[in-house]
Amino acid sequence: MTPILTVDDLWVRFPGRVRTVEAVRGVSFEVGREKLGIVGESGSGKSMTGRAILRLVPHPGQVTARQLTFEGIDLLTASEPAMRDIRGHRIAMVLQDPKFSLNPVMPVGDQVAEAWRVHSGASWKESRRRALEMLEAVRIRRPERVYRAYPHEVSGGMGQRVMIAMMLAAGPDLLIADEPTSALDVTVQMQVLAILDDLVTERGMGLVFISHDLNLVASFCDRVLIMYAGRIVETCRAQELGAARHPYTQGLLRSLPRIDRPVPELAVLDRDPAWRDGPSA
Amino acid sequence: MSPPAGSPVLEVERLDVVFGHGADAVHAVRDVSFRVAEGEAFGLVGESGSGKTTVLRVIAGLVVPAAGRITVAGEPQGPHRPRGFARVSQMVFQDPYGSLHPRHSVDRVLVEPLAIHGLARRGEADRRVERALDEVGLGPSFRFRYPHQLSGGQRQRVAIARALILGPRILLLDEPTSALDVSVQAEILNLLARLRRERGLTYILVSHNLAVVAHLCERLLVMNSGRTVEELTVDQLRAAAPSEPYTRQLLQASLGYDRQAAAQLMTFD
Repeated sequence: MTPILTVDDLWVRFPGRVRTVEAVRGVSFEVGREKLGIVGESGSGKSMTGRAILRLVPHPGQVTARQLTFEGIDLLTASEPAMRDIRGHRIAMVLQDPKFSLNPVMPVGDQVAEAWRVHSGASWKESRRRALEMLEAVRIRRPERVYRAYPHEVSGGMGQRVMIAMMLAAGPDLLIADEPTSALDVTVQMQVLAILDDLVTERGMGLVFISHDLNLVASFCDRVLIMYAGRIVETCRAQELGAARHPYTQGLLRSLPRIDRPVPELAVLDRDPAWRDGPSA
Repeated sequence: MSPPAGSPVLEVERLDVVFGHGADAVHAVRDVSFRVAEGEAFGLVGESGSGKTTVLRVIAGLVVPAAGRITVAGEPQGPHRPRGFARVSQMVFQDPYGSLHPRHSVDRVLVEPLAIHGLARRGEADRRVERALDEVGLGPSFRFRYPHQLSGGQRQRVAIARALILGPRILLLDEPTSALDVSVQAEILNLLARLRRERGLTYILVSHNLAVVAHLCERLLVMNSGRTVEELTVDQLRAAAPSEPYTRQLLQASLGYDRQAAAQLMTFD
C-alpha cells in the first residue's frame, strides 16, 4: 500500500515566556486509502496533529518534522498559495461542531455551491445544481428546502452532513475529521459514519478520524493510533484494540462503562509518568 | 412495568410542557409519567430534542409545566418551589465550565447555600465546607481556589459538593459526565455511586449515553419527541430485550459502528 500521507517525527511547540509547551512530540505514521483512527484524551495532541498536517497550527506554534509529505508534496516547505490549493481541495477537514464551521449569514446550500465553484471554476448556476446533488449524496431528504436554510435553522446532524457535502464538492484525497460526530445523537452518528465509510471504500479516499471515543474507533476504523501527552504510545489494528498492550490503552478501555459487561466500580486510570517519556510507537 | 418497591420520593404525573405561543408553540413534553422510589437511581434517556432535560428542569422548578402534577417527598409542587425545596432536591449541570461563577472561589460557592439557609454560623460553615470537599475527594487546599485553577473533573466535584452541602435527598443530574474525558468520567461515576451508597440518595440522571445510565441506574425511561417510548429496568436493557423498536435501535447504535445496521436505521417521529 502506497501511503497518501507520510508523517515522520512531527513536533508542534508553543514557545512561551516561562517554558515551551510541546503539544506534539515526535509523532510518525502513514495514511493510505484507509480509515486511520487517532484516539486520546483532551490535551493528548491529537487535534494538533491533524492541524499540523494542514499547516493550520495557530500562532505562535511551530511545526517541525523530519518528513511531512502528501502525495509527493512537501507540506513543510510548500508556499502559502500552494497550501491554499491543497487545503479543502486535496486535503479536507471536518470539525466537531458545524455551528462554528459554517458561515452564519449565508444559506447552507450556497456555501456548498461556493465550495464547488472555487474548486472547479464552474458558473454559479452549474455550482448550484452540483450542490443539490451533493446534498442528496449525503442523504438529506429534501435538498431544495435545506439548500435555502441558514445554519441556525438546521440541526447538528444536518449541519454536519452539509459540511461533508461541502467537502465532497472538492473530492479530496485525504479527509481529516476531528471529532466529526461527537456532537451528534448516536443514530445520526451512525448515518454520518456510513457516508464517510462509503467515501473511503468507493472513492479510495484516505481518512484520519480523530476521536476520544475508543469503542467507536474500534468499530469504525481500520487502524488506530493511541496518543498520550503528545506521543503515540501504541498502534494497532482497530479490531484488536481490545487486546491492547500499553497500560494507558488498557486503562482507558477499563474506565469505560459497558452495557454488556456491568461492573460494580469502574477502574480509575493510574497515570505513570514513564508514559510521557516512553518512545513514540 | 412493576412499580418500585419503596415509597415514591418523586412522582411525575401526566406532565405536559409547551414552549412559546400560538403557531410557534413547541410541545416539548407530552403526557410523561413516572415514579421514583427513595434511594433509587432512575435514568431519563433520549436523543436531543426528546424532552429529557426539560422533564428534569420541571422537577427542579426551572420550567413551569402546562399541565401535570409533580410530587416531591410527599409534597405536591406548584409552579414555584419554596425555599426549603433546596434542602430536598439539588441539581448538577452538564457543563462544569459554565455552572460555576468564574469569579467566586470554591469557598464562596459552598458557603452561599449555607448563608441563604441560615446555616453559616462561624465554625459551623467552616466545618461543613471542609467536610463537603472531603466527601467529593478534594482536599482542604482546594477551598480558596477559583474555577480557572481547576480541571473539568475537579470542577464537577465542586458542583457535586455544592449540590450536597444542604443535605438533599434527591440529586437531579443533567449529563454530569458528558463534558469529561473517559478516565475522569469513571472517577465522577464512582464518586456518584459511592455518595448514593453512603447517603441513601435518590438520583434522576439525564443522559444520552446508555452505558452511563446502565452503570449508575436500576431503571430508565426512554423518551422520543417529548413522549415516553418505554420504561424498563437496566437488566432488561442489558439482556437486549427492550420491547420498543426505538429503544432497540438506540441500543444498537450505542454499541458501536456497524455498516449494515446504519443502512437499516429508521426515523421515529
